[in-house]
Amino acid sequence: MKKFIKKSGMALGATVLAFSAYATQAAETIKVGVLHSLTGTMAISETTLKDTVLMMIEEQNKKGGLLGKKLEAVVVDPASNWPLFAEKTRELLAKEKVDVIFGCWTSVSRKSVLPVVEELNGLLFYPVQYEGEESSKNVFYTGAAPNQQAIPAVDYLMSEDGGSVKRWVLEGTDYVYPRTTNKILEQYLLSKGVAKADISINYTPFGHSDWQTRVAEIKKFGSAGKKTAVVSTVNGDANVPFYKELANAGVSAQDIPVVAFSVGEEELSGFDTKPLVGHLAAWNYFMSVESDANAEFIKGWHTFIGDKKRVTNDPMEATYIGFNAWVKAVEKAKTTDVDTVREAMYGIKVPNLTGGIAEVLPNHHFTKPVLIGEIQADGQLEVVWETDGEVPGDAWTDFLPESAKIISNWQDKKINCGNYNTETKKCSGQNL
Amino acid sequence: MFKLFIGFVFALLISVSSTAQDTALPNNEQIEIPQVDRTLLLNEAVNALNASSFTKKTNAVNALVELKDPRILPILKGMRLGKLYSLKKNKTIVLAEKVEGGYQLTHAVTGSDLGIAKSNTIKKIRVNNKVRSALSKHIAILELTSSNTNERFLAAKNILSNPDEQLREVLVVAQKAEPTRKVKELISLIIARLDIQSSDENIRLNALRAMTGAVEPTVIQDIKKILEKDESGNYIEKSEVVTAMAEDKLSWIQTKLDWFKFCEDAIFGLSLGSVLLLAAIGLAITFGVMGVINMAHGEMIMLGAYTTFAVQQFFPSLMSYSLLIAIPMAFLVSGLVGVIIERTVIRHLYGRPLDTLLATFGISLILQQLVRVYNSNNVPVVTPDWMAGSLEINAALSFTYNRIYIFIFALMVLVGLALLLKKTLLGLQMRAVTQNRAMANSMGIRSGHIDALTFGLGSGIAGIAGVAVSQITNVGPNLGQSFIIDSFMVVVFGGVGNLLGTFFAAMGLGVVTKFLEPQVGTVVGKIMVLVFIILFIQFRPRGLFALKGRFVED
Repeated sequence: MKKFIKKSGMALGATVLAFSAYATQAAETIKVGVLHSLTGTMAISETTLKDTVLMMIEEQNKKGGLLGKKLEAVVVDPASNWPLFAEKTRELLAKEKVDVIFGCWTSVSRKSVLPVVEELNGLLFYPVQYEGEESSKNVFYTGAAPNQQAIPAVDYLMSEDGGSVKRWVLEGTDYVYPRTTNKILEQYLLSKGVAKADISINYTPFGHSDWQTRVAEIKKFGSAGKKTAVVSTVNGDANVPFYKELANAGVSAQDIPVVAFSVGEEELSGFDTKPLVGHLAAWNYFMSVESDANAEFIKGWHTFIGDKKRVTNDPMEATYIGFNAWVKAVEKAKTTDVDTVREAMYGIKVPNLTGGIAEVLPNHHFTKPVLIGEIQADGQLEVVWETDGEVPGDAWTDFLPESAKIISNWQDKKINCGNYNTETKKCSGQNL
Repeated sequence: MFKLFIGFVFALLISVSSTAQDTALPNNEQIEIPQVDRTLLLNEAVNALNASSFTKKTNAVNALVELKDPRILPILKGMRLGKLYSLKKNKTIVLAEKVEGGYQLTHAVTGSDLGIAKSNTIKKIRVNNKVRSALSKHIAILELTSSNTNERFLAAKNILSNPDEQLREVLVVAQKAEPTRKVKELISLIIARLDIQSSDENIRLNALRAMTGAVEPTVIQDIKKILEKDESGNYIEKSEVVTAMAEDKLSWIQTKLDWFKFCEDAIFGLSLGSVLLLAAIGLAITFGVMGVINMAHGEMIMLGAYTTFAVQQFFPSLMSYSLLIAIPMAFLVSGLVGVIIERTVIRHLYGRPLDTLLATFGISLILQQLVRVYNSNNVPVVTPDWMAGSLEINAALSFTYNRIYIFIFALMVLVGLALLLKKTLLGLQMRAVTQNRAMANSMGIRSGHIDALTFGLGSGIAGIAGVAVSQITNVGPNLGQSFIIDSFMVVVFGGVGNLLGTFFAAMGLGVVTKFLEPQVGTVVGKIMVLVFIILFIQFRPRGLFALKGRFVED
């Protein structure tokens, strides 16, 4: 009881503070919540996305805002602490009353936010490639689903241009994204006629720094006379020692190419990339892509951040697409009310940065082109292969038997569900 | 008009030469092409490298090699390195080298100097792995007759992985001419790999004999292939003599491989141990000798790593020596920060371990965040050339140079520190203060100063550990976090206040981890090591080498 009084007292104090802040603010604004870690492990990646949202807001305000109102950013710092993500979401939705949230990076942070946005009916734009197997009414997934990154990357390596790879090492950090992705990839490879003995799956802990044994084993696995490739879902910090060991052990991209799903321009700027030329990355955007929209975006980013050396990357593009789609939907709906905006989102088309169009699908995913790039000596990625046009994001993969029968459609009123079982014709509710 | 005519001649010549190849004249008839035309042909073939797709580029490379012109080797090598560009104005193919203010251009065919050009006037001829592989294959064949032994060795190694029957003649000639044993053996192996496909039983047997003791993975695959069985369990290979010999060779190779695997695990373990030792040795001073639970120890390592980065940024021309310069610099930077922390915070908290723990944890967060304000990304620390690559003992056993150097460096630091503690006045005073402060004070030692210096020494050593780890892992704000737990583990396991204990603990944990890892996987291996330490501490709370004597507190 004492605790309750203390808490409610604090809440009261906060409300008063917020209220006085309101009073001093210009009449009315549209509030945009920014939920990215600015401290802790994930700050490396997430700070950039916070800046991207701020840049988009600034540009929108220069164009006269939205619905005649200015946009106002509410930045919070969940500090790479997963439970704190949920608390900060509650703060954004209940206290700050934001109209939309852009945020999260790791899947575990998204999973922690999920119950809160669903309970308080918020709207979250999640800008990072992820493992799929999810579709919430309150979340739009602007990054790639597995079929927009992992599957095409494997297809490329199996093709003649990619080296006709026959043997696979699935190397990942031990958490939900690599485990799910590798489960999907294993099923996919088996369905393509790859023998079980030709697939090796391994996990290492977060921040693993001693890669001697793993690299020696990859080398051995790769010397069985069949062309071998490594599909890496190794997470951020462990990548530098991994690639360093590969380079020093003389594993060149020509012998055993490594295709990574979480290494982009931002991560490469922390590498000495000269020994890594030819290793691959699969994304929906590369900074090196030549298009007018991209050139303008890079110019805007350099001006905003005040540093010409800063790179752009895929999650930034996803943030860009998500933000523009939301703006367009709000303009269409003429309100920021979550349910109305959500309805207005479906079918919205916004240009992406690689010269194509991103369309919002009823399963809350987007259409995206898939690009495979090779690492260059200057730390950029050059496109060596891309899909013809955009690939629609698939929330539930077709390569796991239990997921293949599940679909997601929030537009069709008859289904109106994120995980609808087409066999039992039942919806298993929200992702709680 | 003249241009057109020349073009026509080209087209004619190319069609003639290609038909000549297609029909493969049986009597080795060579079409004599005058020197001038050769240059024109070469020009044409080089221009074809600037094709639109990678498959077309690969074909262009193959066509270029068919010309058998001595001038193509530098072009192929340049293309593999991504130094081949085309001029935007007239599509001339050039080799470009990045220099101050643009690119230094040389004509790809004639080698004439074309001066310095701005980067926007040239366009890179992109290559991918497929093109690079084709280039490497051709370069290897051309370099098999190089005058450089190492180039010949690498060339032979490249061909060994994918030998081609058409190369047999070249190989036999090269084998005869080869002066060094190492390369000669490799070439013999390549020929053996070709021979083992032969239909003649005796040639196959001879090939197997030539493969004795070879641990090259491709060769082992060849032997295994002989022993493949059909569905009913019989050898596909008909000759029993051949299968018997293959069995024999394979079992011998397997014994050898097992032994190499053991050596590899042991040395990997010592290498991991040396990193643990470097990380922990500073802590052995601050925690082990002074009894300060320094949670900011990892950040001292991080500062050392960042110092390495700074040295490389400030003196880009001294890249090869950057690490040698960074070692004293890192010692000073981390040591100085250590002294400041000791004087401002820790000295007020002696005898209150819990408060020290919290205070230093706070300091560690502050330091991390300070670095993050400067740059939240990882920074790229360059590995100097002499530390890159690996020492190849044989095809199955190789160790990376950076690990070898770190191992030696760790031992040097340990010995240096031991000497400092045992042989110098400062070391004597340090030991005196930590063993009996009151007595040391009364002997005229200013214990406050000694505390600061000791803490500075521990921090400084963490700093030079940072220089070493910058060569194997990422340098970023979180660097320290990944070492702090391991460091405490080593110091506690080894016995607090004992350098030798720290050494044995680090090496022991390294070796045990590396032997466990291939058996049970990295994650489980790590858990098992932690469980082992917890159990060990239950039975020997003072660690491996417990201090004895009356000054040990109870």
